[in-house]
Amino acid sequence: MSPIREYDSSWEGDIENKLTEKFGDKIKFTGQEIRRVYAHVERDAIFDVCKFLNDELSFEHCANVIGVDMKDYMQVVYHIDSYTTYKGECVELTVDVPNDDPHVKSVSSIWGGANWNERETWELFGIVFDGHPRLERLLTPETYEFFPFRKSYKLRGWE
Amino acid sequence: MVYSSILDWVNFPDIMANPYYPFETYNLPYDISQKLWEIIGGTIAWLINLLFPGNPVSEWLVCDMTVNFFALIIFMIVVFLVVFIGILISLWEERKVLGRTMDRRGTMVGMKGFLQCVADGFKTFMKEDTQPRKVDRMTYMWTVSLVIGTSMLIACMIPLSDRWYVVNYNTGLLLIMGLFALAPFFILVSGWSQNNKYSLIGGMRAAEMMISYEIPMLILIATACLMAGTFNIGGIVQAQYDTMPYFIPQCIGFVTFFVCANAEAERTPFDLAEAESELVEGWQTEYAGMKWGLIMLADYMRGYVSCAMITILYLGGWNLPFIGDLNNYVPELVFLLKTWLVFFAMIIVRAALPRVRTDQILNLGWKVFMPLSIINLVIVLLLKMGGVF
Amino acid sequence: MMADDNTEQTKTAGQMPAMKPVVDVAAETAKMETDKMWVIMGPQHPFSHGLWTLKIKVDGEIVTDAEPIVGYLHRGWEKEAENRPYPKIIPMADRLCYAASMTYTHLYCMTVEKALGIDPPDKAKYIMIIADEINRLQSHLMWLAAVGTDLGNFTVFLWAMREREYWMDMNVRLCGARMTTNYPRIGGVRNDTPELFDRDIIRCTEHFEKAVWDIIGLIDDSSIYVSRMKNTGILTPEQCANLGITGPALRGTGVDFDLRRDDPYSNYDQIDFDVPVLKQGDSYARYMVRVEEMLQSCKIIKQAMAKVRALGKNAPYRLKVPSNVPAGRHFAKLEDPRGESMMYLISDGTDKPYRLKVRSPIFVNVSASRELCMGCRIADVPAIMAMIDMCLGETDR
Repeated sequence: MSPIREYDSSWEGDIENKLTEKFGDKIKFTGQEIRRVYAHVERDAIFDVCKFLNDELSFEHCANVIGVDMKDYMQVVYHIDSYTTYKGECVELTVDVPNDDPHVKSVSSIWGGANWNERETWELFGIVFDGHPRLERLLTPETYEFFPFRKSYKLRGWE
Repeated sequence: MVYSSILDWVNFPDIMANPYYPFETYNLPYDISQKLWEIIGGTIAWLINLLFPGNPVSEWLVCDMTVNFFALIIFMIVVFLVVFIGILISLWEERKVLGRTMDRRGTMVGMKGFLQCVADGFKTFMKEDTQPRKVDRMTYMWTVSLVIGTSMLIACMIPLSDRWYVVNYNTGLLLIMGLFALAPFFILVSGWSQNNKYSLIGGMRAAEMMISYEIPMLILIATACLMAGTFNIGGIVQAQYDTMPYFIPQCIGFVTFFVCANAEAERTPFDLAEAESELVEGWQTEYAGMKWGLIMLADYMRGYVSCAMITILYLGGWNLPFIGDLNNYVPELVFLLKTWLVFFAMIIVRAALPRVRTDQILNLGWKVFMPLSIINLVIVLLLKMGGVF
Repeated sequence: MMADDNTEQTKTAGQMPAMKPVVDVAAETAKMETDKMWVIMGPQHPFSHGLWTLKIKVDGEIVTDAEPIVGYLHRGWEKEAENRPYPKIIPMADRLCYAASMTYTHLYCMTVEKALGIDPPDKAKYIMIIADEINRLQSHLMWLAAVGTDLGNFTVFLWAMREREYWMDMNVRLCGARMTTNYPRIGGVRNDTPELFDRDIIRCTEHFEKAVWDIIGLIDDSSIYVSRMKNTGILTPEQCANLGITGPALRGTGVDFDLRRDDPYSNYDQIDFDVPVLKQGDSYARYMVRVEEMLQSCKIIKQAMAKVRALGKNAPYRLKVPSNVPAGRHFAKLEDPRGESMMYLISDGTDKPYRLKVRSPIFVNVSASRELCMGCRIADVPAIMAMIDMCLGETDR
């Protein structure tokens, strides 16, 4: 693991530059705060961005994979942390997924911690993670044939 | 004997004068049971004789052979009851002492919590006797009966003094040890028969454990016998009274035997066979109701036997030093008190230590207890050769 | 081993060329391999603190595979939250984790405060620091109790639970409830510290700093305890970070990371404390980290209480907040007793959240149980999983 550094206000700009340099217009930065970088990534580039973050920028911890149902489309949000080079820095990546083709490439081969988060997102939102080793129901019973956290699923059933 | 008084029928003859007297020396529980039968049988004979004077039944009821027969039956009950109450007291002792070490009160039901044992007995007795459908019925029932039966047998066979015994063989100690070591075999078979993975692993562990502590334990017993020069329990106790309690010369052996006895009784640092944190209840998982209650009782019986063995082999049995003839009054009580004292130490060990792992107890048995018991043996041999004992 | 012996035998037997071995030894040995079996531990099992299952595949006593199964307690918390106004989610957030309820409520309030763009008063922040640390102590003591029973000793359980009662009393003094406290509010806390609370909590802290050594002594001075925990469930820091393990389990492997210090929230940057880190990466290191964390919590409580006292009696502790939250996306992170917990809020301008996601540390930690348990013995499984400190309320949500 690379050496530990104290927080420096140039970190966010540094990360943005490196990512823009590598991926160009596939990645769009939407905001910046202390220890936070917000970005919007194209669907086909998410795996490469994640791999780059893990391998080159030492973001070795995938905290969260979140599914969001925006009614017209779906979103997957990743929160990726660094323990070493950018200690305490968190990158939020957002990916848009169309409703009729809810597929996105799995990052569980990069971070083992993303495995269950992706499974959960799949079972609750129906977003398929391609290349996931085991996309099975985890929290809900295996007999469920619907995705309960979608907005179309009301509290008392489909509407 | 027509219209004779009751004293003609109840007259307490000398027990040793009975030609069918089964023991060689004076036996207190037999004496008690014969006197009891004199009262019961003599009263019945007197009543029958009042109605039908000169009948043969009354004569038969008080003849030597009949008295001996019924006295033996009462003898069994007396011996068992005394041991049973002793074990219930040690159970109560464990609950109270363990409770106090854990900063709680222990059981509180009647007589300072002693009646909780009775309540538990009733509770397990009232429970439905369930049996899983897929067990191998015969081994399932037989093995548990044998575990309970052998435990009960050895608990009763421990002599409480030189006048309170069941058998007085010269190899009495070996007999007790042989029966004591039988239980792990039954546990292994029982674990196999229950068709349950936890029980299977628990049974395997019992066998695994047995090969680790049994051999040092037998060496230690042989050492104590070597020092006393006899396998007779009374002889060992007498030898300690003549010289000194063996925990002084054999201090290494005493500590090792204490730990081994803990393992033999399957008490907490060594209760691998019923490790409840990983194996639910180990080999006892599928036993419910009264069967389980009896298994728990058998556990305490084995604990009592372990403590009694330590008392006999190392603490001087039923004798106390420096008090001379006072020892003749209540040696049974002295013995039981010593046993409960040893049990107290076992309770403290249970309160302080967690459970060991299977590989750890194997290491402990072969790499620590074995050399220690050999060292103990060498020390005893040197003392013997030096003429100290 | 077996294979070597066989080759030696065939070499010596090779002097007699006419003899063909009647039995193919290698094939027979392969057939004699012990059967592996799946042992299912849970959902009702003494080692699973809560309702979950760990399936382990054992070869004799050695664990060769493990698979955790969760979800028995799935209540659809996040979906439920989407149908409630913001203040009504506070009591629900209490129910996420029964052992440290206030940390989740605090996290939820922090997230909404961020979305509202407000900064709660200093006093509220310090009071929440105290509350968080009380809950951390409660949670860690409950964990310590569970370690005792998982290793087969009941004394540690009761002693740790006894110490936990004092912290429960502190909870009662602060907010009137023992477990589900309903104390933090969006924009502050529900009430100021009661009278003489500062005296009581300092007394409690000082008592605890002495009393905890009784329990620790019982564990550390016992070679059985130590040998049961040492060299079991070893993970490297790289593995740990990759698997998403956070909290004391992560710091036990040598990764020096604590959100309280490295991503400070609610005035933790004003407080001086150490982050315990150990390099061994086994169960014992995790245990030591948690114990040290308890002592550090006492340190934090003393400092935060001094700050609250310095702010005076009349300092504000709660802000008035609007019921509608402006549209936006916000998230907050917090160092839970068990790891990094996180809430992600999408608000759409109404009084109900559009999406509220909870990141539970244990949900990710337990997914690593295969890596943790591989190659250990059955008896080690409870010891290893005790160091994860399961809490199913937040795992299944």
